[in-house]
Amino acid sequence: MKLAVYIIVMAGVTYLIRMVPFVFFRQKIKSQYFRSFLYYVPYAVLSAMTIPAIFYSTGSYITAAVGTVAAVALAYFGLPLIVVALAAAAGTYITGFFL
Amino acid sequence: MKKWFSRGAYDGIPIALGYLSVSFGFGIKAVQSGLSPLAASVISAVNLTSAGQAAGVDIIAAGGTLIEMILVQLVINLRYSLMAISLSQNLDGSFTAPHRFAAAYGITDEIFAVCSTRSEPVRPAYMYGMISAAFAGWVTGTALGAAAGQLLPADIRNAMGIMLYGMFIAIIVPPAKKQLSVFLVVLAAAGISLLFRYVITAVSGGFAIIISAVAAAALGALFFPVREEADTA
Repeated sequence: MKLAVYIIVMAGVTYLIRMVPFVFFRQKIKSQYFRSFLYYVPYAVLSAMTIPAIFYSTGSYITAAVGTVAAVALAYFGLPLIVVALAAAAGTYITGFFL
Repeated sequence: MKKWFSRGAYDGIPIALGYLSVSFGFGIKAVQSGLSPLAASVISAVNLTSAGQAAGVDIIAAGGTLIEMILVQLVINLRYSLMAISLSQNLDGSFTAPHRFAAAYGITDEIFAVCSTRSEPVRPAYMYGMISAAFAGWVTGTALGAAAGQLLPADIRNAMGIMLYGMFIAIIVPPAKKQLSVFLVVLAAAGISLLFRYVITAVSGGFAIIISAVAAAALGALFFPVREEADTA
C-alpha cells in the first residue's frame, strides 16, 4: 500500500481525536464531580505515564533511579521544568560512569 | 499577542529539548523500519505524538491494514480527547472556533500538562508559541535521528531518554506537595499503572495508561471534590 495513504490516515485520526472535543466542547461543565475529575486527569495521566516507564527509559534501572531521585528532589524545591529535566539527564549520565 | 507567543515559546523550551531527544529515537527507529529520513520527518510533522507514531511505523513496516492503523491510533491517542475536554475548561475568551481548529493539532501530553496546570486561562498566542517550540524540537530531532542517529555515543542517548519523564515529574511534584488530594491521585495512578505492568499484563500500554488515569482521577473526584474558585494549583 502507498506510504502516503498510511500517513494521511494516521495523521487524520490523530487530528480528529484532538479536534472534535476541543472545538465542540464549548460550555462550562456544571457537574462538580466531572469538573473535579477533569482537574485531576492531567496529574493522573502524567503519573501513569511516568511510573514505571521512567525506570526503563535509560537502559539501566540504576541510572534511571538516580535520575528519578534527582528530578523529584529538585521538583520538590520548585525549580523550573528545564532544570529538573536536565538534572534527571545529568544524574543518569554521571551514574553511568560508575557502572 | 506577540508577548504571549514568546512566553509560550519560552515555556515550551523544556518540551522542545525533551522532544528533541525522544524524536531522535523515533528517527532511528523509522529508518530501521525502512522509511526514508524525509518520510520520518513528515510523519513527525503531521502527527506530533510519540507512542502513536512508533506504533504507526510498525504497522507500515509490517504492511498492516488501514483498519488496524485507525484502531491503533484511536486507542493510543484517545487520551488526547480527555485532555482536549479538560483543556477546553481553561481557555481564554479569545479562543474562538478557528483558533480551536488550529490549536487542536498541538494538544500533546506535555503541552496539555503545561497549559492545563496554569492558573490563568490559556490564550491562543500562548499555545501557538508553545506548539511552535515543540514542533521545532520534534521535527528537528526526528530528522537528525533518521539521518545521523548512530553517530551519537550510547551513554548520551540513554541520558536523553529520561528527560521527558523528568519534565513530567517537575509538573506533578509541586502541586502534589501543596495538595494532599493531588498527591493521593498521583499515588493511585502510579499504583494502578504498576499493577498493569507487572500483574495484569494482558492490557496493552495505551489502554493501561487510560484506565489508570481515569480510575485515579475518578477516585480523586469522588473523595476530594474541587470547589469552583479553589481549584488553582
